[in-house]
Amino acid sequence: MWGGVAILGGAGAIARFMLDGAIGSRAMRAGDFPLGTFAVNVSGALLLGLLSGAALTGDALVLAGAATLGSYTTFSTWMLESQRLAEDADANGALLNILLSLAVGVGAAALGHTIGAHL
Amino acid sequence: MRGVPNRDRRELIAIFLGGAAGALLRVWLGETFTNAAAEGPWATFTINVSGSFALGYLATRLQDRLPLSTYRRPLLGTGFCGAYTTFSTMQVEILTMLEHHRYGLAATYAVASIAAGYLALWVATASVRRVRVIA
Repeated sequence: MWGGVAILGGAGAIARFMLDGAIGSRAMRAGDFPLGTFAVNVSGALLLGLLSGAALTGDALVLAGAATLGSYTTFSTWMLESQRLAEDADANGALLNILLSLAVGVGAAALGHTIGAHL
Repeated sequence: MRGVPNRDRRELIAIFLGGAAGALLRVWLGETFTNAAAEGPWATFTINVSGSFALGYLATRLQDRLPLSTYRRPLLGTGFCGAYTTFSTMQVEILTMLEHHRYGLAATYAVASIAAGYLALWVATASVRRVRVIA
């Protein structure tokens, strides 16, 4: 199983980099709202909610959930981008990034959970 | 991967390797501590706060002091710290607490994670900059 955790963890990080780049390069200048990480984290929360709703357990949950989606989403970059926004004198943007990610993230997980439970 | 410039390919390999290492450490810590403590989100909490400290240190150091290091940021920042810490697990843990009507625990967990993660990143950033000023 640990080989799978490594490969899927690496793949999750690549997927995050790709999506963040695709969204970020279009919308992002320094100091803008970090939409790339937001999209990654919300979509990852939706998918993990879906897995938990579908009652996936054991090694399958570790590989698809913890390894893949755990790596795909990120907490540290969310904090880094919030702190750098606040530092650039955009305290409102930082607060918005924190609160919106949290609220929409829990909402997305709940939506995914409901969808997963009906599969 | 055909047609991908060499530098970009190496950057992707660095992200993959860092991500694999971060995922291994997080899953291993999660299995070890969740089994030991039976319950509670504190494995994820510890991972996210320590990873935020590490990213604050790395991002500041690489950005401010070592601009020529091409692969450290993708390997250690985007790859390792990004994969080691996790947002999705935290959100599903909060959702599970809410479903069990443990609203106080859910709020405490969310606020504590964000406050401690933000503070850890800020402390790491400030400490790197202070060293730079003295040096």
